[in-house]
Amino acid sequence: MPLCSIRPLGVIGAFVCLLAATGAASASRIFVSNERDNTVTVLDGASLSTIKTIPVGQRPRGIVTTPDGSEVLVCNGDSGDIVVIDVDKLEVTRTIDAGPDPETLALSPKGDIIYVSNEDDSMVTMLERASGKVLAKVPVGIEPEGLSVSADGKTIVDVSESTSMAHFIDASARRVVANVLVDTRPRVAEYTHDGKEVWVTSEVGGTVAIIDSDKHVVKHKINFEVAGIRKELISPVGLRFSLDGKLAFVALGRANRVAVIDVASLKVLKYLLVGDRVWQLALSQDGKTLYAANGLTNDLSVIDVDNLKVTRSVPVGRLPWGIAISP
Amino acid sequence: MEYAVAGALCRCILCLLVAAGPAFALDGSESPAASPALRELKILYIAGDYPKAEYLSLLQSQPDDDGKAGALLALDEINITGKFIGFSFAMDFIALKRGADVVAVAKQSLDRDSVLVADLNAPDLLALANAPAARRSLIFDIRTSDDDLRQERCARNVFHILPSTAMRADALGQYLAKKGWRRWFVLQGPSVEDAAFATDIHRAASRFGGKIVEARAYNYDAGSRRVDTGYQQIATQMPLATEGAPAHDVVIVADTKNLFGDYLPYNTFEPRPIVGTQGLSPVAWHPAFQEYSALQMQHRFELVAHRKMSERDYAAWLAVRAIGEAVIRSGKTSPIDLAEFMRSDAFGVAGFKGQALTFRRWDQQLRQPVLLASALMVVTMSPQDGFLHPKFFTDTLGYDEPETKCRFAQ
Repeated sequence: MPLCSIRPLGVIGAFVCLLAATGAASASRIFVSNERDNTVTVLDGASLSTIKTIPVGQRPRGIVTTPDGSEVLVCNGDSGDIVVIDVDKLEVTRTIDAGPDPETLALSPKGDIIYVSNEDDSMVTMLERASGKVLAKVPVGIEPEGLSVSADGKTIVDVSESTSMAHFIDASARRVVANVLVDTRPRVAEYTHDGKEVWVTSEVGGTVAIIDSDKHVVKHKINFEVAGIRKELISPVGLRFSLDGKLAFVALGRANRVAVIDVASLKVLKYLLVGDRVWQLALSQDGKTLYAANGLTNDLSVIDVDNLKVTRSVPVGRLPWGIAISP
Repeated sequence: MEYAVAGALCRCILCLLVAAGPAFALDGSESPAASPALRELKILYIAGDYPKAEYLSLLQSQPDDDGKAGALLALDEINITGKFIGFSFAMDFIALKRGADVVAVAKQSLDRDSVLVADLNAPDLLALANAPAARRSLIFDIRTSDDDLRQERCARNVFHILPSTAMRADALGQYLAKKGWRRWFVLQGPSVEDAAFATDIHRAASRFGGKIVEARAYNYDAGSRRVDTGYQQIATQMPLATEGAPAHDVVIVADTKNLFGDYLPYNTFEPRPIVGTQGLSPVAWHPAFQEYSALQMQHRFELVAHRKMSERDYAAWLAVRAIGEAVIRSGKTSPIDLAEFMRSDAFGVAGFKGQALTFRRWDQQLRQPVLLASALMVVTMSPQDGFLHPKFFTDTLGYDEPETKCRFAQ
């Protein structure tokens, strides 16, 4: 089953700056990790047709684009490594040893450090991206999963599924400085664009916790109610904010919906029907399109962010897990 | 009174964290979680000494620490969360002597308010539940599946972790119905438990549209299970036992004592799948189960126990996790408060089934999906799609509120 989550968090800002600087590269590409197929599907950002299917290692899940947009990194849980895909060549150019069962990864804002959740040994591993050298292993709770890095790169938030906690890690001290109890089986953590909050989804708890990132306390909890859907099927996993930060999108797993939340009022505006067991989400560079990976229907749902409508579905590999987008 | 008490607090995972100390330490000035003095809850794990399960296959055996290994792993896990919010959990073990009087043991060793994990058979569990010393205790049953302990003989201080026999039969019945394998030939062994399973299969047939073409009693004496020339005998006797039944799609075997059920596959008179207590079986856990992050659980368990995780290990693990969850979420430690919390909507425990597992208020049975598995593979998980219920899909398994015969004495 899909387990981890990945995200270049806090890196969104960096992405945007970069795009502005380079004048938006021509062909945006969408990379989807297919957990079951051991591949990454590459889609053309405009036509959404498959350009290439790249074989990676065993059980690819966490996937992230580097801040400079040149590489896509993928965690192979069963191979115990991270593969590096060159975005121009669309080939795996190197492999980095990542310790046991790497599930998700995140990058420092500069892209020089990789943070990896090692699900089997309750560690977050810090690696130097250039050399693959292990800088530190930080013990966290059981089954570490989603990671998010603050925009200044000083703090990494990791959630551990079986301990039901968000762990705040000081990047320079390389240790946990705070632990926050959230609802059962947290999956994904995401800093808000202003860095003041960290939003955490809890798959089994069925909620999103909003944590004050300075005080390290849960200041609000969001619940979901979908007409006609049993409460036990509501399993929040992937989470993304819109480019302007006004909306939050939450993938509800087996409820087969993406919830749209108004960040100001914290009310759910809409539930968008997507494919079966929707897992991770990703936002296009221009912020106009949201993609959702549907694990059991082997497709991506394409969501128009302005109109909050699902516009189409695109077939990918088996058990699509995560999505990364290159400029 | 003869029993062994062994404190067990610090095992593998916890030690690792302790060793790594500073990395996990909280800065007192920053976090409210750092200040509270540790409040301790001691869990009592009480296990009866019963004859071990016997199996026909050499591949199966019951480990010495069946159940206990799961409880110990869960203890480590809840302590990791607990220490950050001011709770610490310990566990004492009471191993009953063969034939010991559980009521007398309870009198001697229970505090007024005890939280117990009970690896006890039905008579012992019932005796414990009704013992005066356990009146204010909270007991987690990790061994039985008996319907009557959840029905006429239900007890207010007992919460049942494993699926009842009726839930298991329904899990199987739903799948057979979904496959369109509706003609069931039931072959039933001699024990009371076999009869109970067969009764629940009849109930499942009436609920899900199965047709029992014949229910046949079979009193096979397994005798010595280890003989050099066993195959010839089996090849003669199993076809005989299954000959002459009306047309059927599956053979449902009720053989809880493992006397003959595993001899049936490939030996039946007609070529039919075997389901029930052997063949495709309804279970709460299976060592090959990997969905919903279960793979991590399997790895974690093997790391500490050096063997595969059994259903009883899972039940014990889940009971201790449920205790931890209730304490951590409610902030309370008394058995009465914890029981109250577990009956409330606020409670839910994760058990690698993709949803929060909760207790049915009417009989304190944990509602849960049930796996259907063969020796090597998990085939499916019930409830099956399309079996609907107004409240919980999982309440399509077993006795629902309107059907319950449980009336708790207040």
